Amino acid sequence: MKSTVPTLIATIVGVVLIVAFFVPATQSWSETAVDWFNILAGVAFILGGGNLIKVQLETISSRRPGWGYALVILVSFAIMLTVGLLKIGVPPAEQYPNHPWSGEYDAPASAFGWIFENVYNPLTSTMFALLAFYVASAAFRAFRAKNIEAMLLLGTAFIVLLGNTAIARLTDGIPDSLSFLRLDQVVANTMSYITTGAFRAITIGIAIGVAATALRVLLGIDRPYLGRT
Amino acid sequence: MLAFLEKLDRRWVFLLMGLAVAIPILFPLPFEYKPSALARSVFDEIDRLPDGSRVLFSFDYDPATSGELSPMARAMLYHCGKKKHKLYVMALFGPGKTLGSEAIQEILLKYAGDDYTYGEDYVELGYQTGNEGVIKVAVTDLPQMFPTDVRGTPLSKIPVLEGVENFQAMDLLVAVSAGDPGSKQWIQYFISAYPKTRMVTGTTGVQSVSLYPYIPNQLAGMLGAIKGAAEYETIVNAKYPGPDGKPVPELTEAQRRMGPQLTAHLLMVSLIVVGNVVYLMGRRKAHQSGGGR
Repeated sequence: MKSTVPTLIATIVGVVLIVAFFVPATQSWSETAVDWFNILAGVAFILGGGNLIKVQLETISSRRPGWGYALVILVSFAIMLTVGLLKIGVPPAEQYPNHPWSGEYDAPASAFGWIFENVYNPLTSTMFALLAFYVASAAFRAFRAKNIEAMLLLGTAFIVLLGNTAIARLTDGIPDSLSFLRLDQVVANTMSYITTGAFRAITIGIAIGVAATALRVLLGIDRPYLGRT
Repeated sequence: MLAFLEKLDRRWVFLLMGLAVAIPILFPLPFEYKPSALARSVFDEIDRLPDGSRVLFSFDYDPATSGELSPMARAMLYHCGKKKHKLYVMALFGPGKTLGSEAIQEILLKYAGDDYTYGEDYVELGYQTGNEGVIKVAVTDLPQMFPTDVRGTPLSKIPVLEGVENFQAMDLLVAVSAGDPGSKQWIQYFISAYPKTRMVTGTTGVQSVSLYPYIPNQLAGMLGAIKGAAEYETIVNAKYPGPDGKPVPELTEAQRRMGPQLTAHLLMVSLIVVGNVVYLMGRRKAHQSGGGR
């Protein structure tokens, strides 16, 4: 029973979504199914929050390495949740001036808006920017022309790296009759023909694989939602 | 020297990268950018629409990629403002909602504020959970997915949404996208099924590769990474300069960021070359000493 009902739900919803794609009269069924999915996705946030608290509390209570970071996560989580839910510092909306909670939770004047702008924004940008340093180090140590394939990859990387900078303007002097040799043109042609051709093949392959996997899920052969394949 | 390079502490590489990025930020490198055909296509698509057309603008990114995507989002928003298009702003990423609101305040209302009144000329639909499910429902029934706007007003009471039952009423979709859900999902669940609405996109350099196959049928144009944004800024500033006839200061950000990108890319290429020279010399040395394979 525990596995039959979820399998039945997954199969029915999957079939409904496929039928609705081809039969316009059944489109409202599909909308209802997707609505359920969206509600479940919303509920998943609550489950995710609960799981985050559980895992971090376990780390702290058992004093595992890095438990201090877990504490930072929990405190940050609690602060964001509190200022967001209680709309601390949110000015009332223009149309409802007498209702203090009517404004947007992330208004620039609110606590949430301030934290987003001055803490979350620079922190996540910094984390992403750090990639440049690690990619540079990895490029120095690992990007080796060991064989023909690696050489082709290196050559393409050089062209795309340089063609996406202002240095490509140095080749603007090449006459129009040979414009295909200009660096920006070489990059455009590489992306438009070679990369696109390869990517189309990959995309079609993935699509066929997804269709086959979807069929297995619909028929209940694969049940990843129950933790079984 | 070879021994030093073979055992080079990665902190030297970090220092070089830090300098390569910091110096052009402190001393900007002025460049002119020749717009590519793709950037021109994005501009033409927004520009050829009659003034006041309906444009769905989706901020599908977060602060991690805002360095790359915010300049192009702001340039496209400015362009839409100059064309007085009706704007329907939303996000498939949670933080995208806040980034969109900021762009509206700092660009749209600053430079086209006289033409834009909330509810009459633009509306913020905000963020909804559900990823591609949001698109799938809203393309056929907008109020079912977004019962109210971000201010809590029912969609039926918002003048700019009069006659808009779903996304199919849009003339153009502008999606600024950092990944999934983003441009690809917009194409799969909206544009492929309802090709009457045109679509242009701005993406990160990494994601742009996966979107080339959709050009030009599903995607009318694409701005790839900061270079695409710099090219777009050049076109927009040329046709729609600021009030003083000069380029809009906020719309020179991508061009400014091309300086650090140039030096960082040059450093990357140099590091790869040096790394390979060290590798080949080390291999040769090993062969000469009889230790090679």
